[in-house]
Amino acid sequence: MAFDPAMPADVEVDARGLRCPRPVIDVANACADSPPGTIVRLLADDPTAEVDVPVWARMRRQRLLGRGPWAGDGGGTAYLVEVV
Amino acid sequence: MLAGADPLRSHLEGRTAADLLDRASAGVAETLGTTDDAIVWTSGGTESCHLAVLGCARAEVLSGGRRRHVVVSAVEHSSILAAADRLATEHGFDVTTVGVDRAGLVDPDQVRAVLRPDTLAVHLQHANHEVGAMQPTHDVALACRAVGAVLHVDACQTVGQVGVTLDQLGADLVSASSAKFGGPAGVGVLAIGPRARVRALLEGDDRQRRRRAGQLDVASIASAGVALAVARAQMDTERSQRELVRRHLRTRLAQAVDDLELHGPLADAHPGIVAASALFVNGEALLAELDRRGIAAHSGSSCATTSGEPSHVLIAMAALTHGHVRFSFDATITVADADRAVDVYSDAVAALRATAGVRRAGR
Repeated sequence: MAFDPAMPADVEVDARGLRCPRPVIDVANACADSPPGTIVRLLADDPTAEVDVPVWARMRRQRLLGRGPWAGDGGGTAYLVEVV
Repeated sequence: MLAGADPLRSHLEGRTAADLLDRASAGVAETLGTTDDAIVWTSGGTESCHLAVLGCARAEVLSGGRRRHVVVSAVEHSSILAAADRLATEHGFDVTTVGVDRAGLVDPDQVRAVLRPDTLAVHLQHANHEVGAMQPTHDVALACRAVGAVLHVDACQTVGQVGVTLDQLGADLVSASSAKFGGPAGVGVLAIGPRARVRALLEGDDRQRRRRAGQLDVASIASAGVALAVARAQMDTERSQRELVRRHLRTRLAQAVDDLELHGPLADAHPGIVAASALFVNGEALLAELDRRGIAAHSGSSCATTSGEPSHVLIAMAALTHGHVRFSFDATITVADADRAVDVYSDAVAALRATAGVRRAGR
């Protein structure tokens, strides 16, 4: 099944307009504040996030479920993370 | 000002300049394991790389050859990538970019797989300028030979620092830069081996066997020749000293800083480069913080460039671009100096993370 960037999430983090490394700090803090199993959606438009979010997930052992273009208002890229 | 004379003139000053030039050429040729007539002097590493990429293509086109494909790695210096891009957009060549693994290394089998009967050249660096990864040039050379392509090795980071000859590299062409081996800026070399054909980009006189026109800066070339001779004499002892510091720095950085990614391979790496990225840290702020504390470092991270584009090297390696810093060091840097750098770096990273409000789970 194809990944759906609009899938339901428990926590929404909107880091659009923010530059590296802020989007990754914001999603990391949201994950730190949430119990395991929480689904966090990060919206970001800094191109660097496309490189750094997957690396952060690998380094901090969080599960990146997928990423894709955000069709909603304001555009950008949606990253779905499950807190481990 | 004997070195300022034109070496083409037959008066005493001209002959002296010609002699200085010949001696410098002989020295660099000996270092690279080739003959004096293989050496072309350029204005630096960038021109050397352009002459290799564009000059090989010109020679092929003008001699009626049909090879129109070149291969580069994704982590080449931007001068190679820009020249290859020019071949594609202005001259209709096909350019294939081969990727690298997480350590920044190309897989020779992957290069072999993209080579074609019409491949003219592969352009591959010896050591990466940002992370120090040293490529398996000799294995790539074997693959090139099988299809009749030439291998150009951009050795700007290593000539004079790591012993390299054309034979050891398996290279048909080698680029070097004086500024990188302790000589003056504005002097570069392209060594052209017997299998390679290069047509000049700068034309208009008979200098340098018509491979690069324009009067040379003989004084700078002569001092580059001396710098290379000095570098060469010290190279072996210095390399082992720097290798010791490099490994120490990598080990200590990983111990001292959480959530740190060290770039490049542990082995097969340039002895004077350590590169690392720290999660959650702004690269530009980190450099400013290090500079304030007396450590000059360099960043290729997105956070530090005006273009806002992340480093193409780190992207190709799928590596963290946050707080990317490259430590470059020569043989005067000791293990104690490295320890001091680690302490400063560790404090700077901790301060910036605290300022940015990074929280940890359950705390």
